[in-house]
Amino acid sequence: MADTAVGSQVAGADVPGREVVTPSPSPASGHGHTSTGISNEKLGMWVFLGSECLLFGALISTYLLYKSRVVEGAGPAPVDLYDIPFTSVSSFVLLMSSLTMVLALSAFNRGDHQRGRTWLVTTALLGAVFISGQVYEFTSFVREGMGFTTNVASSAFFTLTGFHGVHVSLGIIMLMSLFVMSLRGRLPQERAETVEIVGLYWHFVDVVWILIFTVVYLVP
Amino acid sequence: MTEATAHGAVQQDQVEGGHAEPAHSHPGDGRYVQIALILAVLTAIEVGTYYVELSTAALLAVLMPLMVVKFAMVARWFMHLKFDSKMFSRVFVGGLALAMFVYVILLSTFGFFAA
Repeated sequence: MADTAVGSQVAGADVPGREVVTPSPSPASGHGHTSTGISNEKLGMWVFLGSECLLFGALISTYLLYKSRVVEGAGPAPVDLYDIPFTSVSSFVLLMSSLTMVLALSAFNRGDHQRGRTWLVTTALLGAVFISGQVYEFTSFVREGMGFTTNVASSAFFTLTGFHGVHVSLGIIMLMSLFVMSLRGRLPQERAETVEIVGLYWHFVDVVWILIFTVVYLVP
Repeated sequence: MTEATAHGAVQQDQVEGGHAEPAHSHPGDGRYVQIALILAVLTAIEVGTYYVELSTAALLAVLMPLMVVKFAMVARWFMHLKFDSKMFSRVFVGGLALAMFVYVILLSTFGFFAA
């Protein structure tokens, strides 16, 4: 009874001219009330993502500093080997995975678990396609003579894109974990916020790639 | 006062008292598809610059705004910053701003912008 009352719309519901709003997450989500009125788990993920900005900022800055400092005879620089059309397709795939992720969340919020699972698997598959493209890119670079220790630019490039690839791989593992949880019935509609939190992580790796694709690949 | 009433009062206070801002319901799937289409078009424009002869300054003038717009669209629409509590925006933008501040100074120190 208490849960029902708490879950009702309270913000201006009886006041003419005021919009009735749906607090997110729902008080019935099982996460309870917090002193801030927002979910601690979601806030924790946002704090984590804010700190990740510093990590990727460091990696991108390092690459920018070293990208043109290739000593003659120390092998090719990354910029000499980029395959822009190929990387563009990979970038597009990752961008579209953000769409499928948000569609998965939307389905879980509606209680449409079948469709939610379909979008989750689609997102994981798109992520896997992106990672496959990165593995192909890395191996082709190594075949052309640019390994991790070939020069400082290659080290910075592999570290930056490799770290991002690890993030995407972890995201795929989280997505598949959600899929299994849903199959076992451990992801009811009230716990849709779990999908949203994993989704935040997934979208973050997407926005980081938006930066990397422009700053590393497209800007000469 | 019952527990439910107390909860309701607290929530009302939080919403009206500024401790937490109300979160609006998320948009429908159609809007997400529209956003994705816009992002796809912006990406196509970005990639198109690779095939066009442009000076570095012109390239930066095209690519940087596109990158910022794409970043903002994903964060606002797909990550729901547009609809969720402003506290999430403050936390994320705070981290982003700190990172930009620190690394712009770092790059300046090493003469990156003078090169």
